[in-house]
Amino acid sequence: MSQVSTSPSMAAVGASAKPERRDIGLRGRYAAERRFRFYGMAAIAFGLLFLFLLLFSVVSKGYTAFQQTMITIPVEFSQQIIDKNNERATNPQKLVTANYPVVARNALAKVLGVSEDDRAGLKAVNGMISDSVRVQLRNLVTADPSIIGTTQKVTFLAHGDLDSAFKGQIDLSVPETNRKVSDKQVGWMNQLAESGALSKHFNTGLFTNGASSRPEAAGVGVALIGSLYMMLIVLVLSLPIGVAASIYLEEFAPKNRFTDLIEVNINNLAAVPSIVYGLLGLAVFINFAGFPRSAALVGGLVLTLMTLPTIIIATRAALKAVPPSIRAAALGLGASKMQTVFHHVLPLAMPGILTGTIIGLAHALGETAPLLLIGMVAFVADVPATPMDPATALPVQIYMWANEAERAFVERTSGAIIVLLIFLILMNVGAILLRRRFERRW
Amino acid sequence: MSISFLLLIIAVIGVAGYLFGSWRANALAGGKLSSLHSRPGYYGSFVAIWSILPALVVILVWIIASPIYISSTVRGGFPEEVKATSQAEQNLAYNMIGAISRGLNTLSAQEREAMFQDSATARTVLAAKGVPLAADPAPYMLTSADDLNRMTQASSTFLSILVIIAALAGAFLSYRAIAPKFRARNRVEGVMLVSLIAASSIAILTTVGIVASMATEAIHFFNMVPAWEFFFGTTWDPRFAAAGATASAGQFGLIPLLAGTLYIGFVAMLVAVPVGLFAAIYMSEYASRTVRSIAKPLLEVLAGIPTIVYGFFALITVGPFLRDISAQLNGLVTGNYASFIQAQSVLTAGIVMGIMLIPYVSSLSDDIITAVPRALRDGSLGLGATRSETIKRVIMPAALPGVVGALLMTASRAIGETMIVVLAAGVAARMQLNPFEPMTTVTVKIVNQLTGDLEFTSPQTLVAFALGITLFAITLCLNIYALYIVRKYREQYE
Amino acid sequence: MNMMSEAAVEKALDRQMNDISYKMIGKDVSVYYGEKRALYDVNLNVRENTVTALIGPSGCGKSTFLRTLNRMNDTIDGCRVTGRITLDSDDIYDPNIDVVELRARVGMVFQKPNPFPKSIYENVAYGPRIHGLAKAKADMDAIVEQSLQKAGLWNEVKDRLHEGGTGLSGGQQQRLCIARAVAVSPEVILMDEPCSALDPIATAKVEELIHELRTNFTIVIVTHSMQQAARVSQRTAMFHLGNLVEENDTDKMFTNPDDQRTQDYIMGRFG
Repeated sequence: MSQVSTSPSMAAVGASAKPERRDIGLRGRYAAERRFRFYGMAAIAFGLLFLFLLLFSVVSKGYTAFQQTMITIPVEFSQQIIDKNNERATNPQKLVTANYPVVARNALAKVLGVSEDDRAGLKAVNGMISDSVRVQLRNLVTADPSIIGTTQKVTFLAHGDLDSAFKGQIDLSVPETNRKVSDKQVGWMNQLAESGALSKHFNTGLFTNGASSRPEAAGVGVALIGSLYMMLIVLVLSLPIGVAASIYLEEFAPKNRFTDLIEVNINNLAAVPSIVYGLLGLAVFINFAGFPRSAALVGGLVLTLMTLPTIIIATRAALKAVPPSIRAAALGLGASKMQTVFHHVLPLAMPGILTGTIIGLAHALGETAPLLLIGMVAFVADVPATPMDPATALPVQIYMWANEAERAFVERTSGAIIVLLIFLILMNVGAILLRRRFERRW
Repeated sequence: MSISFLLLIIAVIGVAGYLFGSWRANALAGGKLSSLHSRPGYYGSFVAIWSILPALVVILVWIIASPIYISSTVRGGFPEEVKATSQAEQNLAYNMIGAISRGLNTLSAQEREAMFQDSATARTVLAAKGVPLAADPAPYMLTSADDLNRMTQASSTFLSILVIIAALAGAFLSYRAIAPKFRARNRVEGVMLVSLIAASSIAILTTVGIVASMATEAIHFFNMVPAWEFFFGTTWDPRFAAAGATASAGQFGLIPLLAGTLYIGFVAMLVAVPVGLFAAIYMSEYASRTVRSIAKPLLEVLAGIPTIVYGFFALITVGPFLRDISAQLNGLVTGNYASFIQAQSVLTAGIVMGIMLIPYVSSLSDDIITAVPRALRDGSLGLGATRSETIKRVIMPAALPGVVGALLMTASRAIGETMIVVLAAGVAARMQLNPFEPMTTVTVKIVNQLTGDLEFTSPQTLVAFALGITLFAITLCLNIYALYIVRKYREQYE
Repeated sequence: MNMMSEAAVEKALDRQMNDISYKMIGKDVSVYYGEKRALYDVNLNVRENTVTALIGPSGCGKSTFLRTLNRMNDTIDGCRVTGRITLDSDDIYDPNIDVVELRARVGMVFQKPNPFPKSIYENVAYGPRIHGLAKAKADMDAIVEQSLQKAGLWNEVKDRLHEGGTGLSGGQQQRLCIARAVAVSPEVILMDEPCSALDPIATAKVEELIHELRTNFTIVIVTHSMQQAARVSQRTAMFHLGNLVEENDTDKMFTNPDDQRTQDYIMGRFG
């Protein structure tokens, strides 16, 4: 509004031909401008806020999953309990079926000074130990039966509830009857922690174990292998097929109705809901072709079909970006069309193709819905040896854990999500670096 | 011989063919490569292709044809009273024979003998070998299983011989064809072109596969449940997929599922559209290059997060938060601390899905908005319009068709989204208008009907395909229409 | 109209003799695009109610200078202007000066006709509407009609005011854009090669229009065509490689320029 003061100069010029200095409502218009700008910033802030909340929520719930409470105490492999009648030489089954949890319980009870007659006490002690100790001790004994009768220092998993309590995730102000760890157990826990017998270790089990109904022994190892198989299948199938299809469409196809149809088709396939691919896989691969349910092979095939359109679209864009002058140069030297494409155009488009492929793979890695339909919602405790064996996948494992009621599984689920997100971040960063490193501007 | 071993043999013949072909071409050229039509490698590739391709075709045909032949022969050998039963029961019997035949291969000769003596022991004997049977097998099944094994064995041997002959013959004939004037490169490139075409037709095959497979299963379903009961039914209550249950045991009304799908999608769009649009406008018209280069990729991270993670976020964080905050609100107003928003609700699923859709809306509309020619922007600014006036009165009206197309694509994504609604929307198929209550969607029901035991003969399983083809049809129409709009829009400014 | 225009010419000549009235004064104007410098200390004054033509080979900075006059360069990322430009006595790069108000006073017509995808009426009404220049519908109708008349388009479009502006021919579109600029009643109109996308007949019409507009507006026009500069302008400024080479009366410029480079350019030795 400072301009108003300058109006005398206008008068000198003569107002006949010119309009007067006008009020064009600047104040109101700038207020509207600021409001509009604010909406824009608010929208971005809203989006970023939720991104932050989501990541915070997952990380804050999940980072503890990378640590696991373990108990390290001397365990007496008592002959009395494991093989009372000394018949292991004749009956190897004896060592397999022996009551190992009692061995661990007695060892812990001894450390805590609980009398062997105190049944309630022993039960509470037992509640501090993970059931997985049975398998662990059995493996120790069957591997080397000579340890029977000796006392060994053994590190085993604490029970999931105790793990939660030790990580401070259980509200101890709640009345004792309403929570899963008793005051007595908490006291023992603190006592063990002070003596150093109970402490948190890095949770390797999370990466190596398979499914388990006990949260403390459950891991994503099997799911990782399943996902790995599927990603390999997707990569091996979708990259060559996708590149071949794009080369044909971009370099060779005549412009006619058929190629138009393929074009529209690919764009639509990219937008088909993923669950529809699951139905396709179920009907065609499992019901019609008779592949086994839950197999990584079927999952890989379904994800391949789902990823193909993405890869084709990215590859075509990369091929399109190679300038026609390169093609003209090669053709002018007498190279055949095929040689031109494979010797010149394709290598130049490769960075773009690989970037698109990695992004397609990252999408496939996080995909859940189609895998549910082809039976990968399975309790798989053993590592699948081949892609034909029952397997599960990382996102499906997350889905299954998300449906578990136990508190400790929330931590596991979040931990698994962190693992998944780390893989996705690595893949995307890889794609970005690839693009930065090899990107060419024509 | 197993298929993988056969493939290995073919590969070896192919590599050998390549080497011999190249050598022969070199030998024919006699040091003067220019006397050849093509480089020696092309002659080698020509031989390799003719060694591998016919053999692969033989294997493919065999894999498809031989089980059909064997199955029909075995079924032809069924006793008359079995042949008289329904197709489903015959299938059941055939599956059992398949299981027995697998079990038979694990048995020693004596065990086999004993089992054939007394078919009643078969179930226990085979179970001990890790082959569980659903019921005691009838005596004819053991012989059929034996036949099946024998035929499979014969078929495998025959295939091996045929494949090796095909590979060697191909290699020999193509090797003979090599001559200096022979246009090996053109032949090889012809084969390459055909394989390129084959690769691009996979896109068509996928669509055909989707439509055909879902249509077949859906037609089975509509044979059991009338189509109008499905499309216009207002009750969803499929009951259990009990064997032998009649179709009338459940009600398969699509309407409540569709209502839930649309309602949740609507709430999601209510969140995503304003936020995404304003974000896109800010990015393309206001943001400085630095802000844009930081905020844009960060927002796109939202699109890269798997939907299962959003589902978990809704289940663990957003749902309980809404429930607790509603309890607090209710408490403040009425003094009664009861929550009126359920943890699983239309609102929870809608909000979280909306957040997921923000980057789709924003990046699609960002593309559309930047496609508006700069001249229009300059024209408006040159007249003294502020930026917001330019956006509201010139750019948005010009971009409107494209933006509508982008929103339709986003809507189709909302309708097809699965994992968020599976975890956050609930499973109760209800028709109601309260966004604080759970509703369910088409996708949730597809998952529900197909996890667990499947029976491709029960409507409870098959209804998933009817739901699937409905979902496919809706999203396809939305997408084709949206693509059409966007394409026209782009042509306008090119 | 003719009478008026002659009177105005006389008035302008009069001023030129006595005290010349400058509408805009550019002093030491330099423009940078990022690291690259596009204009070097240009001193150029724009006389009131005069057509000033900016000529020079491509990339010489004439369009860049034109766009500094209503700060359209602000819309380009990384563009920086130094020096001083005044409109009457206001420094247009003063932080207190409002760019929206400036552009309402200094209108612009672009190289390619860029009508909005709206009706003819809405195109012309756009400026008055955003600036709130018409209180009632009747006022707006009047502004639209007058502007279209000034642009010589009224008779051609008066029966289809509510049809799309993009349906007009190229020349009509450009005159519509001029009407659109005129409707805001600016003091100065900048034209960036307004005829480069038009055929000769349409060009002639636009040139005629520029000639008439001079009575009411101060006009600065960038042109590629020397003939056009000679036909429409009274003053001509020659740019070369970001420098102002010479600024003179158009007649003198095309008959007896002071600078050798101008002469070469006009003779067609480079361009």
